[in-house]
Amino acid sequence: MNLKELIPQKLQEKFSHVKFEFLDYRGDLSVKFEKEHVVEICRFLKEDSDFQFKLCEDVTAIDWAKRKNRFTVVYHIFSLKHNFRLRLKADVDESDCTIDSVTPVWKTSNWLERETWDMYGIKFNNHPDLRRMYMPEDFQYHPLRKDFPLMGIPGSLPLPKKD
Amino acid sequence: MGLEAKLKEEGFITTTIDAVVAWSRESSVWPMPMGISCCAIEMMATADPKYDMARFGSEVMRFTPRQCDLMIVAGTVTYKMAHVVRKIYDQMPDPKWVIAMGACTSSGGMYRSYNVVQGIDQFLPVDVYLAGCPPRPDNLLNALIQIQDKISKTKARDFQDRKLPELTVLHNN
Repeated sequence: MNLKELIPQKLQEKFSHVKFEFLDYRGDLSVKFEKEHVVEICRFLKEDSDFQFKLCEDVTAIDWAKRKNRFTVVYHIFSLKHNFRLRLKADVDESDCTIDSVTPVWKTSNWLERETWDMYGIKFNNHPDLRRMYMPEDFQYHPLRKDFPLMGIPGSLPLPKKD
Repeated sequence: MGLEAKLKEEGFITTTIDAVVAWSRESSVWPMPMGISCCAIEMMATADPKYDMARFGSEVMRFTPRQCDLMIVAGTVTYKMAHVVRKIYDQMPDPKWVIAMGACTSSGGMYRSYNVVQGIDQFLPVDVYLAGCPPRPDNLLNALIQIQDKISKTKARDFQDRKLPELTVLHNN
């Protein structure tokens, strides 16, 4: 059976309480669901013998700026067995800017989630080491948010003194 | 230089300490290769046999700041890296010179963005700015020659009263 049909079918069977949205765009399948279920769905996709999405290629986010659910966290996962890529999406609102970490499922996502935290300010619950990835530790802002100015906020990144 | 002939004839030469010191300083400028990004590739090419920085007495790239006179900042300096660059500069003994190599180092270049320092002259005293992205090795040699010209105009006592800057400890977790 085609994986593009099998994935929606098995997910809806297994998680009947979750509201899924499936989108097949230019040959890539995306699955959207509520953020509360992210860990169980990811674990299922990784461990189910039909799928075996053993590689987490990327974790990132989208800032929609003015939408009601401001952020969308995006996971790109890959099944080595089927040579198949899948995109998972979960909406996160600014008022509750957290999502569960998938580090118990894929260890790779540790740094990827740190990067997402650094750039978008989305907190990952139960993350073992949620420090900033790129910016200095004491930096106050999250640069990839749409309301962050391109040239930064003056004085927020200190420079050494010129004598 | 005809030095040998002159010495053979007279057995001595007269000069000034300033001239001798400046001459020896400019003829053996030891660079600190601060290769941060792609400009470093051109900097390496400058040291290779084709362009041969050794012709100007600068083949000894030292990877410790304690033995260097010239810092070649070759690459994009981010705000996070700026502290490292400054710390290495502070460890170099006086007298010392700085080349800002390439567009990024001189002005931020194409990285007009929050994380890149828009010109290292915001935290370092720069002697020569070098255009190009990256500059060709010839261009770096030209910068080196300009530094040598600058050194040749200095006097030995120009640097005697310089105080060491206070080193600050950077807590970078």
